[in-house]
Amino acid sequence: MSPERSFPGISPDHLRYLNEQKAYKNKVLLFQILLLVASIAFWEVATRLHWIDPFIFSSPSRVVHTLLSMHHQGNLYYHIGITLYETTAGFILGTIIGTVIAVILWWSDFLAKVLDPYLVVLNSLPKIALGPIIIVWFGAGATAIIVVALLISVIVTILGVYNGFAQVDPDKVKLLKTFGATRLQVLQKVILPASIPTIIAALKINVGLSWVGVIVGEFLVSRAGLGYLIVYGGQVFRLDLVMTSVIILSIAAALMYQGVVYLEKLFTR
Amino acid sequence: MVRAAPLVKVENLTIKYHTPEGEITALQDISFGVMPGEFISIVGPSGCGKSTLLNALAGLLKPASGKITIMDQPVKGPTPLVGYMPQSDQLFGWRTIYKNVLLGLEVQNKLTPETKAYAKNLLEKYGLKDFMQARPNQLSGGMRQRVALIRTLAINPEILLLDEAFSALDYQTRLIVADEVKQIINEEHKTAILVTHDIAEAISMADRVMVLTRRPGRIKNIHPIELTCSVRTPIKCREAPEFRYYFNLIWKELDIHVA
Repeated sequence: MSPERSFPGISPDHLRYLNEQKAYKNKVLLFQILLLVASIAFWEVATRLHWIDPFIFSSPSRVVHTLLSMHHQGNLYYHIGITLYETTAGFILGTIIGTVIAVILWWSDFLAKVLDPYLVVLNSLPKIALGPIIIVWFGAGATAIIVVALLISVIVTILGVYNGFAQVDPDKVKLLKTFGATRLQVLQKVILPASIPTIIAALKINVGLSWVGVIVGEFLVSRAGLGYLIVYGGQVFRLDLVMTSVIILSIAAALMYQGVVYLEKLFTR
Repeated sequence: MVRAAPLVKVENLTIKYHTPEGEITALQDISFGVMPGEFISIVGPSGCGKSTLLNALAGLLKPASGKITIMDQPVKGPTPLVGYMPQSDQLFGWRTIYKNVLLGLEVQNKLTPETKAYAKNLLEKYGLKDFMQARPNQLSGGMRQRVALIRTLAINPEILLLDEAFSALDYQTRLIVADEVKQIINEEHKTAILVTHDIAEAISMADRVMVLTRRPGRIKNIHPIELTCSVRTPIKCREAPEFRYYFNLIWKELDIHVA
């Protein structure tokens, strides 16, 4: 039995099918771009014609103007950099610490049972509520913001990865035990490699959660970062600044998510 | 000096499970021996403890009473003398075929140039040389099962335990794989115990078929299988004139009632 099927020649029917598929994909892309362009154009026109107040709603040209002036002042990259750093640190730490705790819980069934109700409570608690406490404990700065981001993602990671461990086929574990495997060997050779997709899924969720944590953290304390710009812009009624920051934020968040998707492809060929 | 001593001895084995609802006797007073090179099939109604017996032989379960000895060594835990082949192939998708085959050696810290060469040689001998660097999902179900068998053989066990090893395959593949596995086991001079719910499979592969009763599982009978067929492969054996006789005999003993 050959594992692959071969296509010696492509029939006209199949070619038509392939072309239709391609055309459909292009159509989707075209409309995606159109939607973006139309929204921006409408926004611009609506503010130019004073259907909506450009002072409150800003406008694409004002956003570009703000972007350029920030670029010339040089503080644009500083703010982006700070927020990126906090988010990356938060979500990497959240994933690592969460996975390590999940391993400990897997290792000790007793501990897992003991901690179960606490995890349930912590999971349902809105972690943002702990923000003020974190700030008192860690000081009003980047550390506190990273801790908030970490806190938001760590519990979800623990639960997700631990459940992933529990779902590994028990027959695979049994196979290893018949070879006389120790618990550490079971972890190394089955549990962890089989859970890579679960861990990456946790990573994907954590990217989004860390952004939430960082922006809220910046709302609360910081003097720098995109969250700070948004709050500051709101307070002084510079909606141009708010809109610009939100747009940069959405682009940065999308890029980081794509980065994790790329990682996923790398690890789960 | 040839000594006709059994390779595996099971004496008065009783196994119990404890659950909050109570105590379940899975197997009761099981005694039998397996001679070197012998192939034994175990059949019984579902839930009779067939797989429990295999788990005990693999050293994964502590008996409530009685004992198991393999090559005069009492079984106290998993031993390299025993190779276990699970229900579906359980190949690891993140490993290549070659790395899958080395799994047992890795776990037992026996990766040496000699053992690696032995594993490689088995793959070559049984037509998997070109797939050594392939991933399991690139192989057909039958090939995967062959890899699973070689993974078990790579640790060079004395006795193979096949736990419904073919039940995950479709019917045709199953017949072919059973043929292949039997041939490989013969060629490598291994002793084997097969647990199955398929009476025909049990008869076609085995030298003896053990029938267990409903729970608590006891030995109802052990039938030596003597089939007249020119080539003694499982598929050919199914054509032997005695085949139906054994089938009917065991079918009746299983006492299966369809409600």
